[in-house]
Amino acid sequence: MGGHSVWTVVRLAKVEVMRIEIDPSALGKTRWYEFAVRFLFGGLITVIAGIIARKFGPVVGGLFLAFPAIFPSSATLIEKHERQRKERAGLHGARRGRKAAGVDAAGAAIGSIGLLLFALLAKLLFVGHSPWLTLASSTAGWLVASLLLWQIRKRI
Amino acid sequence: MKVLLIRFLIGGIVVSVFAVMGDLFKPKSFAGLFGAAPSVALATLGLTVASDGKYYASLEANSMMAGALAFFAYASCVSWVLMRRRFKALWVTTSVLPVWAVTAFGLWYVWLK
Repeated sequence: MGGHSVWTVVRLAKVEVMRIEIDPSALGKTRWYEFAVRFLFGGLITVIAGIIARKFGPVVGGLFLAFPAIFPSSATLIEKHERQRKERAGLHGARRGRKAAGVDAAGAAIGSIGLLLFALLAKLLFVGHSPWLTLASSTAGWLVASLLLWQIRKRI
Repeated sequence: MKVLLIRFLIGGIVVSVFAVMGDLFKPKSFAGLFGAAPSVALATLGLTVASDGKYYASLEANSMMAGALAFFAYASCVSWVLMRRRFKALWVTTSVLPVWAVTAFGLWYVWLK
């Protein structure tokens, strides 16, 4: 009886970590102008966020620190690469491309909860701590929260 | 003008680094996390502290929480539409942007104003 209970606890505690892979070949599929578009949008939204904060104050400006600046171009790229991959295999890739972009957006929704933690940590730590320590800790908070939530979501 | 150029370059570099990280990882749901990376915030807040001080940056971070909740609403809508409807990703991701704006400014109105 006792042994059975212990085994049950061990089984419950067993954590199956979802496999995360790095695929360097994915970089080769991205054209130079696709990198340039994301650089351009990233630079522009950073400038616009600064101008808005200057004109309307930090409360309104802060909203734009979480603006989905490059999300449309990233999702479009994912859709295009997945569609091309399927079409090379002789399959109709439009539906798969859309689904891949939809899965990417679901991941971004999880990441945005991590983004909320980043903002909370930054708000609390900026006053009284070094800026670099604050930004590093907040980024670590975003990464850890996003990873944990992604793992939990995968297992539900 | 020089400050704007520096802001543009730093923003472009930080956003591109996170975008490339998103390209590298598999599966796609994991790579999607990098779509909501704090790239613009990292580029902006460091410069804000240097120019306006820590308290100003803390105020921006407070508002950013509303922006992050708006991002959640936006990304959830985009995912829902792409999974269920036959629209192209570019069309969906741009036409759903008002969801971010309405949520962010709605939260600003009831919570931050």
